[in-house]
Amino acid sequence: MKDALKNLKQLTSLDGISGDETAVRDHIISLIKDYVDDYYVDNMGNLITYKKGNGDGPKVMLDAHMDEVGLMVSHINSDGLLKFQTIGGIEARVLVGKRVRIGENRVPGVIGLKPIHLQSARERSGAVDKKSLTIDIGAKDREQAESMVEIGDRVAFEYDPVEFGDNKLMAKALDDRVGCAALIELLKDDYEFDIYGCFTVQEEVGLKGAKTASFQVIPDIALVLEGTTCYDVPDTKEHSMSTVCGKGPALTFMDRSVIADRELVAHIASVAEKNGIPYQYKKTVSGGTNAGRIQVNGTGVKVAVIAAPCRYIHTPVSVIDISDFENMIELAKKVLETIPVSINLYREQGGKTNV
Amino acid sequence: MFDIIKKLAQTYGPSGNEKKVADAIIEMVKGKVDEIRTDPLGNLICVKKGNGSGKKIMLAAHMDEIGVIVSYIDDKGFLRFSNIGGLPPLVILGQRVVFENGTIGVIWYEEDIDDMKNVRIDKMYIDISAGSAQEAEKLVKIGDMAVFAGDTVKQSGRVISKALDDRIGCAVLVQLALNAPKTDNEIYYVFTTQEEVGLRGARTAAFGIIPDMALAIDVCCTGDTPGCKHMAVRLGEGPAIKIKDRSVIAHPEVKDRLIDAAKKNNIPYQMEIMLRGGTDAGSIHITAGGIPSGGVSIPARYVHNTAETVDIKDVENAVKLLESFVK
Repeated sequence: MKDALKNLKQLTSLDGISGDETAVRDHIISLIKDYVDDYYVDNMGNLITYKKGNGDGPKVMLDAHMDEVGLMVSHINSDGLLKFQTIGGIEARVLVGKRVRIGENRVPGVIGLKPIHLQSARERSGAVDKKSLTIDIGAKDREQAESMVEIGDRVAFEYDPVEFGDNKLMAKALDDRVGCAALIELLKDDYEFDIYGCFTVQEEVGLKGAKTASFQVIPDIALVLEGTTCYDVPDTKEHSMSTVCGKGPALTFMDRSVIADRELVAHIASVAEKNGIPYQYKKTVSGGTNAGRIQVNGTGVKVAVIAAPCRYIHTPVSVIDISDFENMIELAKKVLETIPVSINLYREQGGKTNV
Repeated sequence: MFDIIKKLAQTYGPSGNEKKVADAIIEMVKGKVDEIRTDPLGNLICVKKGNGSGKKIMLAAHMDEIGVIVSYIDDKGFLRFSNIGGLPPLVILGQRVVFENGTIGVIWYEEDIDDMKNVRIDKMYIDISAGSAQEAEKLVKIGDMAVFAGDTVKQSGRVISKALDDRIGCAVLVQLALNAPKTDNEIYYVFTTQEEVGLRGARTAAFGIIPDMALAIDVCCTGDTPGCKHMAVRLGEGPAIKIKDRSVIAHPEVKDRLIDAAKKNNIPYQMEIMLRGGTDAGSIHITAGGIPSGGVSIPARYVHNTAETVDIKDVENAVKLLESFVK
């Protein structure tokens, strides 16, 4: 588990805004290439790895997305300040006053704002208008800025991972580097059946990579490893808390993209109980995951989601409880060990049975 | 016909949990079709073989109905929930819901809300007559689903019931399978899942079949009630041939064949342009390399409520229309 946490921290310090996941992918390849039988990168940029099983089980796809939310440079003003577009769900209030780094060369920048002395009362209390924000890279004019960055460059938050408090980790991009780090651990073990470990792209902009990845794999079962919303802060009614940090990995029964396979979810819950691994259900029907895309691939896939609760998700300071991350790996491992014997794949009915 | 409708409408089957409906349909059609199978999403696919020279025609009706899903159980035994499919908040207040194991719940809201406009689903709860969390957990678990209660009754040639969206479509296909129209074509009676949450089941079902042509059999709204939105469909004036809805523009050839079939057999029909809502045809027509698709709809009032209303003549004429279409 030491390795897993080290990998996780390393992965969050790399930048992989949707559509530009190369740095993350290259690092993952270096970590997994000795553990898998084969791997390749598809046209969208998904990293698809393959581990041959020993037996005759189902074909299982494991999914974690490599991309993170961020920004893209869209215009360079004459004064050298950069206009930007958001990639994935980020709200303006999160952006103000943040340090960023731009493009492959990691050019430093900051998202500035008007000094408090000059703000009107309305500006101080009202919402932030995303359109009014710019990135300052310290350039004196457009010409100098153009020599440092290009339009289309991705912008990532400049925040290093920090372990703090009671077994907590604070970092950017925990959604979904927790899934990537967990999947790397899972690929180190051998299983009875064929495993396709898919590190997918462009989840944050509409579950895109998982669509082509699952089309290539055509799995029977898919397990999606995610970072999910957590809202257990004061003044929240308990029924509105989607998950609670530190109470174990969260299982999804339904979100806006998917109704998870009931049999598979029940199986995961029973594995957790048998092995004394804490788990919780995500208590709100919100957000979407790659499970929604994978499920409706081909003639249908049985899907479930195991997710680590992330406080302040989609900000540079998202927080997990390290035990949730470790238990997520433990639970997924135990689930993979028991899947072949226990799941009805409808194979006996698949186009053959006459009634 | 009413018996089939009643049996199907009263069977439990929210999106993602349609097995009981599938079992009921299998009971009704077995022996009348050549092959019955299911896929990983739970779609039920019943095949009536052709003579090899005909086309593959897919007829889809969805088995799932709207409902609620339990997301939290509080220490007094009240349940919090989320919607499965489109639920207008004010419509579900005070309704009874029924869980798979028969447990009955009542939906009510936190009464300290100052304006009824603010009554959203997260301000509502389900009361299942439990006194504590422990008692409640004996009856239901987080992730369990419930459907709305609503008797199926007949009055003045109309049927009033819960879940007519889309058990009425299922009933039409069951009746058609029982009538077993003679044809060279291979007919796929497909009872799909998870339509109400995004036309999901139809997508994998169509991919597994790749038919030459497909029709979605579903309900459509009407424009014949006081103060309603304009729509040129009226209850009792015949099944509606789909031109478009929010998910699909019907393939012109499919639409024209339906019109021809209706005219030739003197079956009353209307043309449907539905402003809200989609159907399974929406995901079928963009499956694989594209599948010419359309729809036959049963005009229904009060769709997504517990007293949806259809005219039995429209239902019978829909069966007739499909019978001549598949030939």
